[in-house]
Amino acid sequence: MNLLPWLNPARAEALHAALAQRILIIDGAMGTMIQSYKLDEAGYRGERFSQGYDGRHQHVHDHAHHVCDLKGNNDLLLLTQPEIIRAVHTQYLQAGADLLETNTFNATSISQADYHLEHVVYELNREGARLARECCDAIEAETPHKPRFVIGVLGPTSRTASISPDVNDPGYRNVSFDELRATYREATRGLIDGGADVIMVETIFDTLNAKAALFAVEEVFDARGARLPVMISGTITDRSGRTLSGQTAEAFFYSMRHSRPLSIGLNCALGAKDLRPHVETLATLADCYVSTHPNAGLPNAFGEYDETPEEMAATIREFAQAGFLNLVGGCCGTSPAHIKAIAEAVAGIVPRRPVVYPVQTAA
Amino acid sequence: MTLEYDNTLPRYTRLSGLEPLVITPELLFVNVGERTNVTGSAQFKKLIKEGRFEEAVDVARQQVANGAQIIDVNMDEGLIDSEAAMVRFLNLIASEPDIARIPVMVDSSKWSVIEAGLQCLQGKGVVNSISMKEGIEIFKEQARKVLRYGAAVVVMAFDEVGQADTCARKVEICTRAYRILVDEVGFPPEDIIFDPNIFAIATGIEEHNNYAVDFIEATRIIKQTLPHCHVSGGVSNVSFSFRGNETVRQAIHAVFLYHAIRAGMDMGIVNAGALLIVDDLDPELRERVEDVVLNRRSDATERLLEVADRYKARKGEVAAESQAWRELPVRERLKHALVHGIDQYIDGDTEEVRQQSTRPLDVIEGPLMDGMNVVGDLFGAGKMFLPQVVKSARVMKKAVAYLLPFIEEEKLRSGDVGKSNGKIIMATVKGDVHDIGKNIVGVVLRCNNFDVVDLGVMVPTQKILDTAREENADMIGLSGLITPSLEEMSHVAKEMQRQGLAIPLLIGGATTSRAHTALKIEPHYKAPTVWVKDASRAVGVAQSLISKDLVAEFMARIRHEYAEIRERHKDRGPGKKLVSLAHARAQAFNGGWDSYVPPAPLRPGISVFNDYPLAELVDYIDWTPFFSTWELAGNYPQILDDEIVGAQARELYRDARAMLDKIVNEKWISARGVIGLWPAASVGDDVEVQAGSGKPTLLRFLRQQADKPVERPDFCLADFIAPKASGVADWIGGFAVTAGIGIEPHLERFEREHDDYASILLKALADRLAEAFAECMHRRVRREFWGYAPDEGLANDDLIAEKYRGIRPAPGYPACPEHSEKGTLFDLLSAEENAGIELTDSFAMYPAAAVSGWYFSHPQSQYFVVGRVSKEQVEDYARRKGWTLEVAERWLAPLLDYDPE
Repeated sequence: MNLLPWLNPARAEALHAALAQRILIIDGAMGTMIQSYKLDEAGYRGERFSQGYDGRHQHVHDHAHHVCDLKGNNDLLLLTQPEIIRAVHTQYLQAGADLLETNTFNATSISQADYHLEHVVYELNREGARLARECCDAIEAETPHKPRFVIGVLGPTSRTASISPDVNDPGYRNVSFDELRATYREATRGLIDGGADVIMVETIFDTLNAKAALFAVEEVFDARGARLPVMISGTITDRSGRTLSGQTAEAFFYSMRHSRPLSIGLNCALGAKDLRPHVETLATLADCYVSTHPNAGLPNAFGEYDETPEEMAATIREFAQAGFLNLVGGCCGTSPAHIKAIAEAVAGIVPRRPVVYPVQTAA
Repeated sequence: MTLEYDNTLPRYTRLSGLEPLVITPELLFVNVGERTNVTGSAQFKKLIKEGRFEEAVDVARQQVANGAQIIDVNMDEGLIDSEAAMVRFLNLIASEPDIARIPVMVDSSKWSVIEAGLQCLQGKGVVNSISMKEGIEIFKEQARKVLRYGAAVVVMAFDEVGQADTCARKVEICTRAYRILVDEVGFPPEDIIFDPNIFAIATGIEEHNNYAVDFIEATRIIKQTLPHCHVSGGVSNVSFSFRGNETVRQAIHAVFLYHAIRAGMDMGIVNAGALLIVDDLDPELRERVEDVVLNRRSDATERLLEVADRYKARKGEVAAESQAWRELPVRERLKHALVHGIDQYIDGDTEEVRQQSTRPLDVIEGPLMDGMNVVGDLFGAGKMFLPQVVKSARVMKKAVAYLLPFIEEEKLRSGDVGKSNGKIIMATVKGDVHDIGKNIVGVVLRCNNFDVVDLGVMVPTQKILDTAREENADMIGLSGLITPSLEEMSHVAKEMQRQGLAIPLLIGGATTSRAHTALKIEPHYKAPTVWVKDASRAVGVAQSLISKDLVAEFMARIRHEYAEIRERHKDRGPGKKLVSLAHARAQAFNGGWDSYVPPAPLRPGISVFNDYPLAELVDYIDWTPFFSTWELAGNYPQILDDEIVGAQARELYRDARAMLDKIVNEKWISARGVIGLWPAASVGDDVEVQAGSGKPTLLRFLRQQADKPVERPDFCLADFIAPKASGVADWIGGFAVTAGIGIEPHLERFEREHDDYASILLKALADRLAEAFAECMHRRVRREFWGYAPDEGLANDDLIAEKYRGIRPAPGYPACPEHSEKGTLFDLLSAEENAGIELTDSFAMYPAAAVSGWYFSHPQSQYFVVGRVSKEQVEDYARRKGWTLEVAERWLAPLLDYDPE
């Protein structure tokens, strides 16, 4: 196999060694935690963006034109409120997370365009990875026997490459493979420069977006002459059992397999219980590790996720006992308490063994 | 094939559109649809050139309907902007789920067109093609790109020297390409498809005579020496010299494919609808075609040309000749129609045989079954392909449909009407489309007074189980033909066990066996699991299982048989870690009863709500689940502005609001409900409810037994009620509400009008109203009836902002998962009388748009999942409920942490 060498061999090997021994814990939701700080517009803007645009950005010709509300741009907090992000990361590490996801879910030019902040995409990704790595290093200093890893997150963007946004023209697309590929390249460079240990393409609604992301990631690896492990996590959007772009879990896996990922899994949209048959499908077929980080149940009448840590952990424990899991964490609505409960629930349960597809030699 | 109990799986090619395509040996030959190719179809070229893309999409749809398993798309034409046309067409078919479900083969001689196409595929498709024509470096670079885009690849046997014509050259080039791809590029060997070049034969040039043999022999060697790869080709090339003579061309294709497939060719670009069966060829024509294809004699071409004109010249006669089978005896005609997939005369012929038969059923069991057996044999021998089998099945279905009214009529005559023997759910399992056998079994069972609910093909496990429960079925019959279906059946059995079903499971289909059933299915499911050899046995098995007199002895015999088969295969999984019941109880939730004073209800006892104003409930409706019922993903109200589903969501929402107005204004349905608030005290895991002056009613709850740290309790709902010993006065509540009273006439009206949309809309709205009613009542209970939260905000937004105090768990849900307790709740509330809601035998509520549950007021009361329970707790629960252990195990089956005896 002609794969590139590891960019950071010691960390890649430590990760593989840990995965062979136990089920690893991914952290939980960032958004839910940020909400609890009840930040207002000024809070989101911080000093640098106090005028509603980037005070440090030299190339803006017409500032007034670019003033826009930044509230809700959670990724921007990496630059304006890094202490909040650091605090959340640290809480998850203390709850037992082995892997931290960077706060870069929307750090692509397509998503940041909503805030006219395309120019900070590289910076957001680099800072996201750097900050998470710092938190990991701090706790590793206390518990050196337990390595912690930074997952550099590439989110789905707000557009879909294989679905038309125009019901009257099913052949129309508002984003192309190459546009996605370009922004994912920029984001990946930032994540690597910031010190990410792993890259994860996650919350995949549309497999074609993810294919573009994986393509971009490999281009960046080529340029560096070395690679990081890659995790992939799709999203079954509802109880139809399909992704938003219409694929079954099995079809999704076959579409992603060429990138030889470290892991394949599912996250978001559903609670663990509703994900079970689809996680089972991946566990049955995947020749790599299997991950899942579900929501804390389905949203209740008020749009809140109210599955308790105990409820969620009980379901996850059953997954682990059924031999489905190598990595597990939480998505929307989960908290450090959820991650702690999950970590306790799967502790000591033997991790799943990846499937082997043996190659025959010539007769 | 040996079944390995380890974690290896065979290295099949695994492609995907919206759905997977796994190329297993059972598929025999993968049909790649050729009609969406401008170089091969004048019609398609015309449509593309004129920009008539919608009609072009229909061509693709027909290909899939005709059995294409991959769709080849080629836009190579000088007057077309090939890249733009490729992108436009692929984007359009991506929006058609019935086309997009299968993988795409991006076909072009221009790399830029291939790359443009690959950028449109979310699935794993196939590139057609790359080669070493322009040197190794370009070949490797393109292969790396193909890999990076996530596609399989067709490699043409072409190198710097030229296109391979002889067997030796074909093998040499393919071997070299294989080694480069596998060893240097890292290409998965199973994703390599060789096209060793099919050239025209019988051209009059002697060097061409051996081309078909060269291809076939090269295929044999390639398949033997290059593991996992596939061999494909454009079949119509071979007969190019006979263009204009379709009869001979089709004969050549049939003979060529027959031999090439035996040599290992397993994929081909073909017109899936037009394949002939080699055994059907006129013997003289077949012999002469075989002479040419296999290059058996030097005058083969001349001899074929001699007869070829006869087939060509007699065009009118050929048509007449093709009708010759109409002169055969009618039973033979039925067989012919089945084998050839001709449905034109099927009703008339079926009627004729029926008149000759004693019973209508004899027609199925006689000539129709005979015909289907021939189809099965031909398919098994590689002389017939899947699309033809599908056509045969269609003929069979039509014949059976024709006969059904007569079969029903005979049932009436024999006086069997209405006496159903029992109800069976039939399904072809997920991932499998073969339903001929299942349909036959269905018909045979119906004829014997069984009520058959046929779910069709590719049925997901959960749908089978849900239907069985909804239909209150007496048994489930699973069918499947392909080997992966065996695993799926085992999965269904496991899920039936996990989800607590206890009805018999019947297993059938061509690849199933007694051994497989005994080893891999029966051990996973405690209720009777029986392999049914064929349709003729189905009735006997079903009757034995349904009969109280026969079932014990029958199952004893079957189980003995299976146990013998399993003797050597005994192995059991390790036990799971739960804490003892005493340990869990010691770690119960502490309600702080020494300092906490539970609130007393302002209006204790029963309150009945007849004809609750629907208008009041509308504001409580949670619309998000309504949209997910219709498979529109997203939260309300954002979903209405969603970029993707917004338009549909708005239209649906408009229709829903319009119907909701009618429901409310015209009082289509009425809402009824009852609540009760009673003094209560916990005694261990029970709660004593003092509803009247008599003996208290006992509610039985279950406790978590998870191994948790001491600070985290093992919950039981009883923990939220003050213990009797504490002397603290406490209360519990119950409710049952429905919004489905009077829904039936409206549903019937929609059914008469064949308006499924309105029918589903109404049911979905009634469900939402019932949920809204439950939410509304809970709030009124907190504010008025129990009154412990009189200041709780009035506006819905306030509710959203703050979590309210108290819970309303429902029997059958995770915190109190045992359904029969719903009976106690309904007795306490007199819910049938007070709210018009009935319970079915399995404690489901009717009308279906209904919600019931308990009210707890403790500030720290919370929802939790009981999870698994140990045998110790089950025994304890059985004692408390006054049940036998067996009964308790049945009700608690999904929770059991052990295998019951």
